[in-house]
Amino acid sequence: MIGIVNYGAGNIFSLTSALERLSIPFGMVNTETDLDKYTHIIIPGVGHAGAAMKKLEQTGLVAPIKALKKPVLGICVGMQLLTEHSEEGNADMMNIVPVKTRLFDKNQGIKIPHMGWNNIDHKNNSLFEGVENLTQFYFVHSYFIEYNPTFDIATASYGKPFSAAVQKDNFYGVQFHPEKSGIAGERLLKNFSNLKQ
Amino acid sequence: MLSKRIIPCLDVKDGRTVKGVNFVDLKDAGDPVELAWQYAQQGADELVFLDITATHERRGTTIEMVKSVARQLNIPFTIGGGITTIADAEALLNSGADKISINSAAVRNPSLIEDLAKAFGVQFVVVAVDTKLVNGKNMVHLNGGRLITELETEDWILKAESLGAGEILLTSMDHDGTKNGFDCLLLDKVARSINIPVIASGGAGKVEHFTEVFLETGVDAALAASVFHFGEIPIPYLKSELKKHNIPVRL
Repeated sequence: MIGIVNYGAGNIFSLTSALERLSIPFGMVNTETDLDKYTHIIIPGVGHAGAAMKKLEQTGLVAPIKALKKPVLGICVGMQLLTEHSEEGNADMMNIVPVKTRLFDKNQGIKIPHMGWNNIDHKNNSLFEGVENLTQFYFVHSYFIEYNPTFDIATASYGKPFSAAVQKDNFYGVQFHPEKSGIAGERLLKNFSNLKQ
Repeated sequence: MLSKRIIPCLDVKDGRTVKGVNFVDLKDAGDPVELAWQYAQQGADELVFLDITATHERRGTTIEMVKSVARQLNIPFTIGGGITTIADAEALLNSGADKISINSAAVRNPSLIEDLAKAFGVQFVVVAVDTKLVNGKNMVHLNGGRLITELETEDWILKAESLGAGEILLTSMDHDGTKNGFDCLLLDKVARSINIPVIASGGAGKVEHFTEVFLETGVDAALAASVFHFGEIPIPYLKSELKKHNIPVRL
């Protein structure tokens, strides 16, 4: 069963709806002890990364999340929380995956936010099982995770390549919104729920 | 590569879709959820719902509708119409809407854009602009083009961007309903002048109009209603034609 970290950063209705459509059971994580109730943990998030980190810190869940050995998936800002630092609010993140979250550079002639469907080049990670390479996912973000070959499991390009998905041990992050990415996104959520402990 | 988006727009009133819809296999053409699902199956990249409910009970029905759509739909959607406060927007966000679109409320109270962007992020705030050519100038209009404002369209859009709009939905009232094509001249000027995505609206009548707007302007998405609702342009066909012109689309 999936536990969704409920720290008040953005709406989770779309995520819970997607899990319901997929018949994946889920519950909410409000306290440290709640983390023990679930086999898999999702950290959602939309909005401001610095503000989201503050909210997560207020729940007291940062240290217990960092200590987890079960599969954890950060989505969008939830993924950015896994990184070392974000330029959004110049804020330190959880530093689980030692990469930086940076602002897109409008001088590259790109519009910000990066909004819409973009294809990803994935590296056959189990998270992407059954997802054809270069499938498009739905993105909406102004900050991105710098490409680092050690942790990158899917790359997208907008102005320059960035990490659409990362992994370090049991921690996974996706920049796109699987709950809004059609059938491919639903498959990814299903794959996550099937990851072995 | 980021795809150009195709966005069907649905008018809803009291939680039901209005305007005739002509999908053969629809059980209930007035059910926004079924229609939305159908469009998602056809490959629509996003949907826009325009709520034209005028009654005071509108909030309750609209929120129920938004929730039902969010439960069923696996693509993003925007809801617009009658949003004037942060509380309106928050209720829609919590019901699963990905974006909200504001039009006259933003003109009357520009700081609403800023407040919404601060509260929910710029990606949540679409500013819809209805424009009409008056004495050679593109002027912002309200109430479906009936009420002229003192704002010049290009100036207003720059201001909306600076206040925190995440996207502009630009409808040319001179082109809307004509099926003679989008206002490529204005759309290109606008798309080049700002650094946020632009959705073209008004005038789509045939596939060539979509090709034209994507090849000749810098817009990021194109929105239409009747050509999709009446099945005049099936979305899979439209996208395959766009692809032939090397326009990046999601197939």
